[in-house]
Amino acid sequence: MGDLKERIAKRCAKEFEDGDFVNLGIGLPTQVSNYIPEGIEVVLHSENGFAGLDALAAPGSEDVDIINAGGMYATAVDHVGYFDTATSFGLVRGGHVKATVLGAMEVAENGDLANWIVPGKKVAGMGGAMDLVTGAEKCIIVMLHTQKGEPKILKKCRLPLTAEKCVNMIITEMGVMEVKEEGLVLKELHPDYTLEEIKAATECDLIISPDLKPMEE
Amino acid sequence: MKNKIITADEAVAGVTDGMTIMVGGFLGTGSPEILMDALIKKGVKNLTVIGNDGGLPDGTYGHKSARGIGKLLEAGMVKHIIASHVGMNPLIGEGMNDGTLQCTLVPQGTLAEKIRASAYGLGGVLTPTGIGTPVQFEPDELGREKRVVELEGKRYLLEMPLRADYAFIRATIADKFGNYMCAKATKNFNYLMAGAADKTIIATEKLVEIGEMDADTWKVQGVLVDGIVEGEKKWEI
Repeated sequence: MGDLKERIAKRCAKEFEDGDFVNLGIGLPTQVSNYIPEGIEVVLHSENGFAGLDALAAPGSEDVDIINAGGMYATAVDHVGYFDTATSFGLVRGGHVKATVLGAMEVAENGDLANWIVPGKKVAGMGGAMDLVTGAEKCIIVMLHTQKGEPKILKKCRLPLTAEKCVNMIITEMGVMEVKEEGLVLKELHPDYTLEEIKAATECDLIISPDLKPMEE
Repeated sequence: MKNKIITADEAVAGVTDGMTIMVGGFLGTGSPEILMDALIKKGVKNLTVIGNDGGLPDGTYGHKSARGIGKLLEAGMVKHIIASHVGMNPLIGEGMNDGTLQCTLVPQGTLAEKIRASAYGLGGVLTPTGIGTPVQFEPDELGREKRVVELEGKRYLLEMPLRADYAFIRATIADKFGNYMCAKATKNFNYLMAGAADKTIIATEKLVEIGEMDADTWKVQGVLVDGIVEGEKKWEI
């Protein structure tokens, strides 16, 4: 499982160009920062108030005025810019964040996303997720393709949405998909899987790209 | 010049049961801890609390006590919380389950703008965030239905201003007029809540004389501040 997540994080890291301003969600999305190619700087948006998030603070050298969006003591890059929450989400809604990378419970073929609430279960709140997926130029979902064998990529989401038609790309251990006008297009398939296998693990139809490639790692 | 320097107890003296307060901070970072402590000492009940989150409960990441709004929740002083994220504080889920706590979730960027709208006199704000989600379909913090406004072919939610009786803010440095700034990632809601309440109180780590620092140091203007409390301390790990 660890290897599969590493594969997803590595593939996602290839999406960025030098200087891109990106928000990474908690969990698997955070791992993406470990695989950014050398020579490329991705400027990380920490929605609690800065552009230029770096690694977690080493024990003993914490600055108590710097946390990440998960509340853990973190560090910032040299060219960091700090701001208040209105500016933070102005940057998001204004389309100044190139990409937001998040996990999902469900994604629909039209790009609808559900990743914040399961009715009847413990409520955490949407935090900044709704603003991020609505405002960022590109919304990339990184996740395992299925949950306990059940598809997570669906014709229509069953859970309450985080936003409508916001997802642009889905990266799983099985392949890379893009949400297009005509539907969900499979662009890359991992060599460990056949087309039949990825189709069987996906509830909605997959349009096979005419230039389908093996998934890069 | 009017004297605004008061004690923490004086700052919360006017807070009564059932009032609405706003508290700055993000998971406790940037929260005015000495004002939270003074509120607990005073012992008010049934507060409506507006903040980014529910602070942190005792023991999170090894902290020695609850932080920020977490202190008020722990003391059972909150009836309704209006926040964007409550998953870090289990007391909120428990309160919702046993019916003692109402929780209204607002997307973080929307929460910021609702507060700003109130401070700066706007009738509301239009945001694309929340369209097609429970944020659109469920009533707002005052039970009002959400209105959708379509402009140039795009749909927006009309989000109404959010106002409080008191705003409790943490500053890193303030002068005796109430001009202040907040270091690094403690700005969060502390730059937005000033003026969004009938009374704005700041608790500052450092208090300086008028003119002691360059005027460009200040990010929020003292004209919005009603009371200044000295003695806030950096959080100790």
